[in-house]
Amino acid sequence: MSAAKSHRLAGFIRSRPRLERLLDRLLRPVERLTKGPLFGCQMCGQCVLHSTGMVCPMTCPKNLRNGPCGGVRLDGSCEVYHDMQCIWVNAYTRSQKLFWPEEIHDLRPPVDWSLEGSASWLNLLTARDQVQSGCESQPASALDLVPYDS
Amino acid sequence: MTASDFRATEHPSRLAAILAAGHFAVAAELSPPLGVDLEKINHNARTIREYADAVNVTDNQAASVRLASIPVCALLVQQGIEPVAQMTCRDRNRLAIQADLLGAAALGIKNLLCLSGDHGRWGDHPGAKNVFDLDSTHLVRLARNMVEYGCLDNGKPLSPAPRLFIGAVANPFSPPYDYRPFRLAKKVAAGARFIQTQLIFNVDRFRTYMDRVRELGLHEQVFILAGVGPFKSSRQANFMAKKVAGMDVPEVLLERMEKTPRAAQPEEGIRICCEIIEQVREIPGIAGVHIMAVHWAEAVPEIISRAGLYPRPIMAATIAKDRQEAALTTQQEG
Repeated sequence: MSAAKSHRLAGFIRSRPRLERLLDRLLRPVERLTKGPLFGCQMCGQCVLHSTGMVCPMTCPKNLRNGPCGGVRLDGSCEVYHDMQCIWVNAYTRSQKLFWPEEIHDLRPPVDWSLEGSASWLNLLTARDQVQSGCESQPASALDLVPYDS
Repeated sequence: MTASDFRATEHPSRLAAILAAGHFAVAAELSPPLGVDLEKINHNARTIREYADAVNVTDNQAASVRLASIPVCALLVQQGIEPVAQMTCRDRNRLAIQADLLGAAALGIKNLLCLSGDHGRWGDHPGAKNVFDLDSTHLVRLARNMVEYGCLDNGKPLSPAPRLFIGAVANPFSPPYDYRPFRLAKKVAAGARFIQTQLIFNVDRFRTYMDRVRELGLHEQVFILAGVGPFKSSRQANFMAKKVAGMDVPEVLLERMEKTPRAAQPEEGIRICCEIIEQVREIPGIAGVHIMAVHWAEAVPEIISRAGLYPRPIMAATIAKDRQEAALTTQQEG
């Protein structure tokens, strides 16, 4: 879908609150029932699975969205739950096997908690998940700073 | 002011000025006490004053309640010490973080170190809610928005903007190793101007990490301070190696500590620390050291002197001036 078309679709849905509520009600359970068991989805409403190696960052005990903390043990286990593999170790490994390995380096904005529980698929359509924090355009990816060969 | 206008030399932070001037910087670290007795922290501050360009003050270290970082930093400012306020994402949401950063700047604090923070589960209040509204990268970015763009996280303007020299942390010893240099790049992209690393014991691993950092050209975009610290005893070394997550202590060092008689262990710990400083100084792209002597402030002067890093460029001048003034006052009184 072209940018102009998706923009029009977003406008169309957002200008019709009843339609948006209906779509949200329909999509929520579908999303919960599919992404829940598959990815441990926590319904944050602003899905970034695509850029985190199909591993949900909200399953990190610290909810980190931009990479692993410094507490990952040498065997790759989580500092909080020792019997659990660090989800970011998995996310990085898996992201590098996808066709878009560079997306892991995106700077993901803070979570918009007002979207928690809503259907992220709809938020994607309506662009409500395009959370922009701060005020100026800033690097969108760590790769804006460093040479990348992959 | 935009990001490209940033010049460390024009920054009010003394740490920024020292780094920008190309001096090999020295930062130390103080852990605030539990309670309201300031005697101990004042004593420690006096002990390390002449020996460090900046002093980090931890924020509820190890997820355990301590006197807060910002008030202790403000106390250090009064004593002519340059503090680095540490701020974690564990205990505050974005409102509290921004409010505290404004408070810090208003109290004369000029350096900020952004961390995710240890999880509360292993702290002294395991039942507490872990906030983590932001992660460390968000925190860096939020601080940069306030400092360099003069706006809050919601985009609203903020005037006057606080002036802080923004730092972040890096752990080269924690998997996934390939990713760690890129994680550093992300923090720099978010706005980090200086980096303090996890304690370095495995120098080979650190060298490999820095090779990659230089390949990526990151050492020219951010000042990297290597984290070092002494073992006080063989027991402490073992504790760090086995119990502290994200710490890589080679077996040889543990053996060295173990073989040393108990009374000589602090001395051996300091010797190891000095050896590591010597090795990391040789690594291109290292702009300074950050000495973390846990509950052992007395070790800092010893390490700095032996490593040949004393006197410090700016503190020496400040202290000479203080002494001159004190002498003058005595003369006048006499």
